[in-house]
Amino acid sequence: MSENQRIIEIEVLRYNPETDKEPSKQVFEVPFTDDMSVLQGVQYIKDYLDGSLSFRWSCRMAICGSCGMMINGEPSLSCETFLRDYYPARVRVEALAHFPIEKDLVINMEGFIEKLESIQPYIIPKEERTLAQGEYLQTPAQLASYEQFSSCINCMLCYAACPQFGLNSEFIGPAAMALLHRYNIDSRDGGKGERMELVNSEEGVFNCTAVGYCSEVCPKHVDPANAVNQNKTNSAADYFMRFLTPKGGAK
Amino acid sequence: MKRTLKRSNAPIFWALFGAGGMLSALLGPILVFITGLAVPLAMLLPADTMSYANMLAFAQNIIGKGFIFAIISLFLWHAAHRIFHSLHDIGIHAGIVAKLICYGGAMVATLITAYTLLAIGF
Repeated sequence: MSENQRIIEIEVLRYNPETDKEPSKQVFEVPFTDDMSVLQGVQYIKDYLDGSLSFRWSCRMAICGSCGMMINGEPSLSCETFLRDYYPARVRVEALAHFPIEKDLVINMEGFIEKLESIQPYIIPKEERTLAQGEYLQTPAQLASYEQFSSCINCMLCYAACPQFGLNSEFIGPAAMALLHRYNIDSRDGGKGERMELVNSEEGVFNCTAVGYCSEVCPKHVDPANAVNQNKTNSAADYFMRFLTPKGGAK
Repeated sequence: MKRTLKRSNAPIFWALFGAGGMLSALLGPILVFITGLAVPLAMLLPADTMSYANMLAFAQNIIGKGFIFAIISLFLWHAAHRIFHSLHDIGIHAGIVAKLICYGGAMVATLITAYTLLAIGF
C-alpha cells in the first residue's frame, strides 16, 4: 500500500433475515487510499474483515446500476462516491431506502421489476412493417426528444429518493415513468394508448407531489421528475378529453 | 403483473389545484399589497378605493363577480389540495375523511361564494 494510506471508519447496516429481528449497525476500520470508492471500501470489508457482508456490484464505473446504497443517508452509486470525501469522519452505508432488505445491503427489487414489465418497455410499432420494407427511420430531432429518458440504468436511486414511493410502494415511481415516457414519445411507437391506462391509474403519476429529489440523485442525468409531471398534464388532458373524443381516451 | 387498474379521479382536483396555484402566484402578492398595505395606509391608491359603495359596485359587476368568485374558490381548492397532500406527507393518512374535510370545505365555500355573489344582485 502507498504511504498516504489512511484509516476510515465505515458504518454498515447489517441484516441477516435468518438470525436478526431487525437491522443493526456494525463499524469497520478500513485502510484506504485517495482513489478508493465506497464500493472498494465495502469490498475490502468482505475480503479482509467479514466475508459474510452482502452487497450487489458489477461494473465499478456507473454503468450497471447495481451498487446503489444510502451513503450518509443519500441515495448514491457506491462506485462513484469516494471515501476521501468523508474522511476523517465516519461514513455510513445502508441498503437503499424504501425497499425491503434481503440481506445487509442487498434489497428486494421484485416490485421494481414488476413495474418495469408493466410499462411495456419496448417499441410497440405504430405500423407493422415487413422486413422487405426496411427499418423504422427516425430524424435526429425525433431521437433528441426522448434520448435523455433512455439513459436509465435501473439503479433505483430515484425510488430511494422518492418520499411518495416511501409512503406508498404501489406508486409506479420515477424510473418506470421516465421509461414509459421514453417509449410514449418515440416517433416509431404507437403504444401510448395502452400505457396511458397505467399513467391514469391510482398507482400512476398523481402520487407524485413534485418533490424533484429523484432527478437530483440520478447518476445518469435523466430527469424522471420531468417525465412524471409532463404525464400529469397528459393524464389530465386524457381525463377530460375522453368526454369529447369519439374514442373516449385510454381505458 | 396486475391488470386491474382503476382510473384515478385526481385530475379533477389537480386541475383545480393548478388553476388556483397559478392564480395565487400571479395575483396573491398584489392583492395582499392592495388590501393590506396600499389601501389602509393610503399609499398610491385613493383612501376610498375599498369603500362599501365601491366594493358593492365591483361585486355587482359581472366581471367583478367572476373575479371574486375565481379568487375565493380557486385559492381554496389550491389550499385544500395542498393541505390534503401535506397531511399524507407528515404521516396522517386519513384517506376519505381528510379528503372530505379538505375538498368538502373548498366545495362548501365555493357554493356559499356563488350564492352570496348571486344574492347581492347585478
